Amino acid sequence: MAKPQEVTDTNFDEEVIQSETPVLVDFWAPWCGPCRMVAPIVEELADEYEGRVKFTKVNTDDNVNTAVRFGIRSIPTLLIFQSGELAGQIIGFRPKSELKNNLEKVLTQAAT
Amino acid sequence: MAQSNNYDIIVIGGGPSGLAAGLYAARGRRRTLLLEKGVVGGQISLTDRVENYPGFPEAVNGFDLAQAMLQQAENNGMETAYVEVTGMEQSENNLWRVKTAQGDYTAKAVIITSGADYNRLGVPGEERLTGRGVSYCATCDAAFFKDEEVAVVGGGDAAMDEGLFTSRYASKLNMIHRRDELRASRILQERALANPKMQFLWNTVVDEVVGDNQVTSLQLKNVITGEKSNIGVSAIFIFIGQHPNSDFLGGLLPLDEGGHIHVDDWMRTGLPGLFAAGDVRKNSARQVVSSAGDGATAAISADHYISNNFPD
Repeated sequence: MAKPQEVTDTNFDEEVIQSETPVLVDFWAPWCGPCRMVAPIVEELADEYEGRVKFTKVNTDDNVNTAVRFGIRSIPTLLIFQSGELAGQIIGFRPKSELKNNLEKVLTQAAT
Repeated sequence: MAQSNNYDIIVIGGGPSGLAAGLYAARGRRRTLLLEKGVVGGQISLTDRVENYPGFPEAVNGFDLAQAMLQQAENNGMETAYVEVTGMEQSENNLWRVKTAQGDYTAKAVIITSGADYNRLGVPGEERLTGRGVSYCATCDAAFFKDEEVAVVGGGDAAMDEGLFTSRYASKLNMIHRRDELRASRILQERALANPKMQFLWNTVVDEVVGDNQVTSLQLKNVITGEKSNIGVSAIFIFIGQHPNSDFLGGLLPLDEGGHIHVDDWMRTGLPGLFAAGDVRKNSARQVVSSAGDGATAAISADHYISNNFPD
């Protein structure tokens, strides 16, 4: 199973902002119950979208600067970046179908 | 192998009540399916410390407790599907048909443990700023407001509990309550009232949540004097009770004025093979332990019903 890549304050720009493929970033922390429910769904999506979307995650405890930079005030928060720009966001635990819809929307926009 | 969608017992909702019902149903060797639309554990999955569930003298994290309950039920043979129920009906041969976005399931008996969802204030700014300072889960979000001034709304156990949790991070908590006394349990009241960071604003309601991209302040009103005021906060945590999740039933069952399902002592609704347990039923004590007890009762009841109505 494709595991989302851990991204940190140090390499966020390189791995997310400068990425040519769209990137989903899962902001999470070990103490957050709903984050632990989102994680397996994100892993499933990472499999389904392999090669089309890059999947990453940011531990907000260890990477406070990145959390502050994007105004994260609630986790889980999923952000989707396309060519360095914020293209989608999902706050809180949402069903898989809704996450897919958001990804599809970004991919459709990227194709046009 | 294609899995058949026909079950003995379907449990709708994976909170403590549904997980206990699933455990008992599976141990009764009934083919059992639990349907959950979101997070297993229901309301407790957002609770940092469950201190009143017997057997855990040092308290237990709500999410961990729910996961343990799920594991126990699945170890005994319960199956789980993550899908939302959109409706249900009783067909010929007394079988129940449960409709979901991913197809229909049938069961000889159905146990409704759909629980309750938190109430919103319903004031301007609340929905727009959810996740941007408006929160219904202090366990998830409090850490993002370290050394900042925040507000907590409500006067019950959840408000005190989550307020106490938030006080580990925030510099000051404005505890906003529409009445002049709390309805939280005594032990939590004592802790909250003694907490130096928690300042109580009595007889006060929130009129508006203010902020562009983040919460910056709250518009408040004193319900006795009518006096309006404004306090600067970067977060508002809302714990003002809950409402039962019974909308998906349509007009299937008569509900009380609050939307709860009427059941008898054996968790039977008025319809054959249909049971309800936990927060969705009328007169629930709304505790983890009582909901789990309800679930067990409903499963035993459903087991008897199947033995009596579907002879092998």
